[in-house]
Formats: sequence, structure tokens, C-alpha cells
Amino acid sequence: MEPDRYSRQVLFPGIGAAGQQRIRAAKVAVVGCGALGSFQAGALARAGVGRILLIDRDYVEWSNLQRQWLYDESDARDALPKAIAAARRLAAINSEVEVSPLVADLTAANIEEALEGVNLILDGTDNFETRYLLNDYAVSHGVPWIYGAAVGSYGLTMPVLPGKTACLKCVYPEPPSGAQPTCETAGVLNAITSAIASLQTGDALKILAGHADSLRPRITTVDVWSGEVRQVALPPPDAGCQACGWREFVHLEGKRRAPISLCGRNAVQIHERAQPLDLGQLKAALEPLGEVRANEFALRFFLPPYEMTIFPDGRAIIKGTDDVGLARSLYARYVGA
Amino acid sequence: MRIVVNGEPREVADGITVLQLLESLGLDPSRVAVELNTQIVKKPEWPHRTLESGARLEIVHFVGGG
Repeated sequence: MEPDRYSRQVLFPGIGAAGQQRIRAAKVAVVGCGALGSFQAGALARAGVGRILLIDRDYVEWSNLQRQWLYDESDARDALPKAIAAARRLAAINSEVEVSPLVADLTAANIEEALEGVNLILDGTDNFETRYLLNDYAVSHGVPWIYGAAVGSYGLTMPVLPGKTACLKCVYPEPPSGAQPTCETAGVLNAITSAIASLQTGDALKILAGHADSLRPRITTVDVWSGEVRQVALPPPDAGCQACGWREFVHLEGKRRAPISLCGRNAVQIHERAQPLDLGQLKAALEPLGEVRANEFALRFFLPPYEMTIFPDGRAIIKGTDDVGLARSLYARYVGA
Repeated sequence: MRIVVNGEPREVADGITVLQLLESLGLDPSRVAVELNTQIVKKPEWPHRTLESGARLEIVHFVGGG
């Protein structure tokens, strides 16, 4: 170990030698290694977090390079799984860090095993479904997690300290309904994803260094285009919250997850999500991205080599793959989930 | 009456509720959280929680990208 390596952050009074020891002893999960997650992972590795678990279900694409800090052209050319590409880069950044990549779709079925022994979870996901799952896991196990999200030039973040602060469900009891703007349909600036990921990393270091008690509970919103930064105080856990109050973890039990089935060869069906969609609105969002054919019964979106058929009840058939994780990812990115 | 929404002064009808305000701003209620005078107002209260002159609201948009 190079003695000087962490000297600048050890000099910072909030960290010090004792805080650095705690950071080194920690195991952190970065869930989703896109724009937010790849930035967080790089920062955590540089800060000397002892063990980093990287979970992602996607592959590096050319459209990722504009904002996904850890990847380069060779990763996109090789269509490497993001968790693998990120793990390789982290190993080069800091060989003292133990990095475990997991190329998987995080679900109620595998989350217990995947996140075993993790001290902190950083949200780098691109969809609501996984965030509600993470929230259930974190609240039920008493593990802190840090929500973050961004679209366009706007993003927000909030730290969730189970038992101390409100959780995601206290503030937003249900995921939004209907099609949602995503980075694929509405675009996104690298300045906002890195700003939000930086705020998440700041809270992460504070928690890991042993200062969770003095972390200010708040939601922070940032718009890097309008220049607006706003904060809202995060209340204590809500006794009426399904997760914090009732301790009913419906996402963790898989009850709220849209079932998936393989339908025929090379196609995956995502079943009704109790999430009615406005196909006209979705058509307008997808048209700039590829060929769209729509009538009142269904919308067909051509995204070679895939073809998505989306129904007004939220159901979809994704042709061109039998990889369930990939199908979910396409749905999350183009419909929003 | 005058209220302040995300730092911007606004004229609204007397006795307007949180939900009516969101609708008048064209916001999808499923995508926002609302803080009124530094306290978060839970969604079930939005239809009958009326605003008073000088109320300060923060409306936080929930997004899913990343």
C-alpha cells in the first residue's frame, strides 16, 4: 500500500485515520452501473472502499460513452457487460480494492444472496421497480441506501437511513403510473448524472466514515441547465408507511413485480403491470428513436435487433431476445418502469 | 392570494387545495412529493389540504433515470 494514497482525504477532519479504516473495512453495493453507478464506483474505489460489489444487467453501448465515466470505446465495441467492464477499470484504478462484478437482473429472487453482508447500497439504477425492491431490502435489513436519479438536466437524491429517516415509500408510496420520461426518450446530460452521483458519494463517505448520525436528512434536487438547487427536509420514518411502519415488504416478496414469461423462440413477455399507458404519448416519445407503428390496440417499436410490442394495459412483448434481464432493461429504458 | 412555489411567487385562487394546485400547474400527482411550510404533506391529504396566503411549497419531481 502506498502510504500517500489516501492522504488528502485522511487530512479532511471528517474522515481522519479512523474514518479511513472504516472506509477500508466496508462493503458497498453499487446497483446499476450506468451513468450514476459507474461514477459512484470509480469514486468509491479511489476513496479506498475495501469491497465493492457491482451489479448490472446491461452491456456497454456507444450511447453510454457520453456520460458513463468508466467505459471506453473498446468496451462498447466488444459490448462488454457493464459490471465486467467496470470491474476491470476499478482494478486498474485501485488494486487494493476487492471488486465483485455480478452480471444479473436484481430481483426479489436473488437480492438476499446478492446483497449479503453489504454495509451500504448506492442506487445507480435506471428504473423504479428496482428502487422499490432496494428500499424494501434496505428497510427490512436496516442497511442504509442512497437514492439518486436523473433525466434531462434534472436529478435528485436522498439518503435513506432505516429507522432514522423517511424511506422512499414514506415519501412516494407508489411508483409513478404510466409511461415515464427516461434517459433514452428524454435525453440526459452528463453534468447532472455526475452531480447527483457526487452527492450520493459524499453521503456514502460520510456514512462509511462513521458519521451517519450527523448526516442531514434531506432531498436535494439539482437542475444543471436552469442552475437551480433546492432542498426539502426529509422527515422521520412514517408510522403509516407500508415498509417503515407496517413492515410489509411487498416488493421483496415479489408481489409487485410484473411477471415475465418466455413466449416462443427469441421473445419475452412482460405481463400486465397495472400500469395503463397512453400509447399516443409513448408514440411521440419513441418516434425520434426509431420506427413506431401504433393504433389504439398496440404500439410497435422497432429497435433493431429488437422489436417491442406494447399494449395499453402496460403489457409488452420484446422480440429478438430470450434474456429476461435484457427485456426488462429495454422496457425500463424505453417505456419507463 | 399569493403563495410561493419552489421559490417563485404565484397568484392562486383563495382556498385552493394542494391537489388543485398540482392540477393547475399541469403536474402528474403520481410523480411529485409536496412540502408545505417545511412539512411533507402525504398524498391522501392533498385533496382536502387547503393553502393559506403566504404558503411556501416545494414540489419535488420524482424521476427514474440514471
